[in-house]
Amino acid sequence: MTDTRDTAPGPRSDGRAEGLDARLVVGRGAFRLDVALTVAPGEVVALLGPNGAGKTTALRALAGLTPLTAGHLRLDGQALEPTPPESRPVGVVFQDYLLFPHLTALDNVAFGPRCQGSAKAEARAQASEWLGRLGLADHAGAKPRKLSGGQAQRVALARALATRPRLLLLDEPLAALDARTRLEVRSQLRRHLAEFEAVAVLVTHDPLDAMVLADRLVVVEDGRVVQEGAPSHIARHPRTDYIAQLVGLNLFRGTADGHTVRLDAGPCVTTTEDLSGPVFVAFPPNAVTLHRERPAGASARNLWHCEIAGLETHGDQIRADLTGELPLAADLTTVAAAELDLRPGAAVWATVKATQTHAYPV
Amino acid sequence: MTELDKTGAAAGAPRGGPRRRRIRGRRGVPLPLLVPALLGLAFLIVPLVALLVRAPWRSLPELLTSAEVWQALQLSLVCATAATAVSLVIGVPLAWLLARVEFRGRGLVRALVTLPLVLPPVVGGVALLMALGRNGIVGKSLDDWFGITLPFTTAGVVIAEAFVAMPFLVISVEGTLRAADPRFEEAAATLGASRFTAFRRVTLPLIAPGVAAGAVLAWARALGEFGATITFAGNFPGRTQTMPLAVYLALQSDPEAAIALSLVLLTVSVAVLAGLRDRWMTAG
Repeated sequence: MTDTRDTAPGPRSDGRAEGLDARLVVGRGAFRLDVALTVAPGEVVALLGPNGAGKTTALRALAGLTPLTAGHLRLDGQALEPTPPESRPVGVVFQDYLLFPHLTALDNVAFGPRCQGSAKAEARAQASEWLGRLGLADHAGAKPRKLSGGQAQRVALARALATRPRLLLLDEPLAALDARTRLEVRSQLRRHLAEFEAVAVLVTHDPLDAMVLADRLVVVEDGRVVQEGAPSHIARHPRTDYIAQLVGLNLFRGTADGHTVRLDAGPCVTTTEDLSGPVFVAFPPNAVTLHRERPAGASARNLWHCEIAGLETHGDQIRADLTGELPLAADLTTVAAAELDLRPGAAVWATVKATQTHAYPV
Repeated sequence: MTELDKTGAAAGAPRGGPRRRRIRGRRGVPLPLLVPALLGLAFLIVPLVALLVRAPWRSLPELLTSAEVWQALQLSLVCATAATAVSLVIGVPLAWLLARVEFRGRGLVRALVTLPLVLPPVVGGVALLMALGRNGIVGKSLDDWFGITLPFTTAGVVIAEAFVAMPFLVISVEGTLRAADPRFEEAAATLGASRFTAFRRVTLPLIAPGVAAGAVLAWARALGEFGATITFAGNFPGRTQTMPLAVYLALQSDPEAAIALSLVLLTVSVAVLAGLRDRWMTAG
């Protein structure tokens, strides 16, 4: 169950910690961000969280654009706190890219090398190489407003990479794209990030982006880390309602005693796992079966009396929100919903097979 | 029934098409507003028309090619341009400071910068004499240590004009800076640019239109400057006598020449307005 990627990059044999080791504390009025982050070189970590969770603040703190209130920030063993943003080996891809509108794509990318002291021709040669690597050789002379969303995103990535950063930060890298380009850019970005040999941290509120792009997720809610681990692990073992909702699972907390879990919400659930103590129980909405009459012959296990609170289409299925004994989400086909004559306020019986539930310790 | 509905809608419908709304708008101008409005328009236009009507068109070429007119025009252009250059060099950084750096008393500093906009120019001239005159608090040292005298010189004209015109530039540039996205400067910083490099290579090109508009405004103001100039720099032909001073002087001895000179300044003003039309005339 533990993932090797969960382990932090520890001190190496030479005593020098490679990669990022940070505890970011930023206080701003009533809001307080306190996030610990350790990332190994070559690893891609996604900060995933709802809007206002403090993800962007964390990114700005890493870049030096927002000062730390407390904590520490070390990159490849070197303390970065006193270093101003222009001297940090950090590259940023901003949410809306912030390409300089008066410069061509080439000069946007050459901007970093120029600032680092390269001569104009040398900087342009480097920029040209980066644009070529990202498949933008044909657009070197274009001003940003002539570029499509996907192209602008790649220019922004090239511009950030051209400074040869040891830490690459991406703020909602796909948020500004429409659905169709998003799909294409996501897979390209995945490839470029995989090639990047230093630390990459990205911020997103989209679970799919996070799971496709990152090796490890750090879920931030209200300025705090609530869960971290490999995407596949988090998708199966959500620990907060927010994550459960993101990955589309019913999630309950309870106390296990053998195969029975008494949920904090009241009723009991029978599971296949044999556990004891505080646990989470999760099951997908399509594992829930609804009946208008109490199913005859069915055992009383995992059977709850509920009421339909709302119905909405969810892809080619109907998602029913249930209240009553246990608040649940249930997915059923349109045909099944019609046969059951479901409508808000209707009383139903919900069942879940023990084999389709999943229990894990808190 | 439908006919009735239609007429009812036409009479009182607030959601009529644009054509209907325009008609309603024209009908809706009340007389107590229309009469003063037209009076106000005439008040602004009639003097300009009068200038054109009374212009000595036949002798105009002769009047405008006289040595004195050329001298005054040349001096005016040189001094206004120099004053604009001075304003750019010290006014743009001042605008940046006001727009981008948080410091105590920023509101007070902004008020002080704006003061010359509303200060009677003659008072500005007197104040400049007190500061930079031979016995002024700064001018005395300039005179004693470097032998530099500013009042009643061409340099004095430039200083008087810059004093009056620079606030226009600062206010214009500061407004543009505030409207510009400061995150471009942050993006530049993450790429390794110092704050000055970010200003020079990113911010300045982005606000160039605002700087240009402010410079034109300042230049036009400097060109027409009268009060501060005559107080601080005097009225010496060829040295400190700019166009506005020449107009005023000519009016007492040779009114036709005064009209001719005024026409030149009017032409320059119209040209400035035409140059700025994209920026301001399209505001409505």
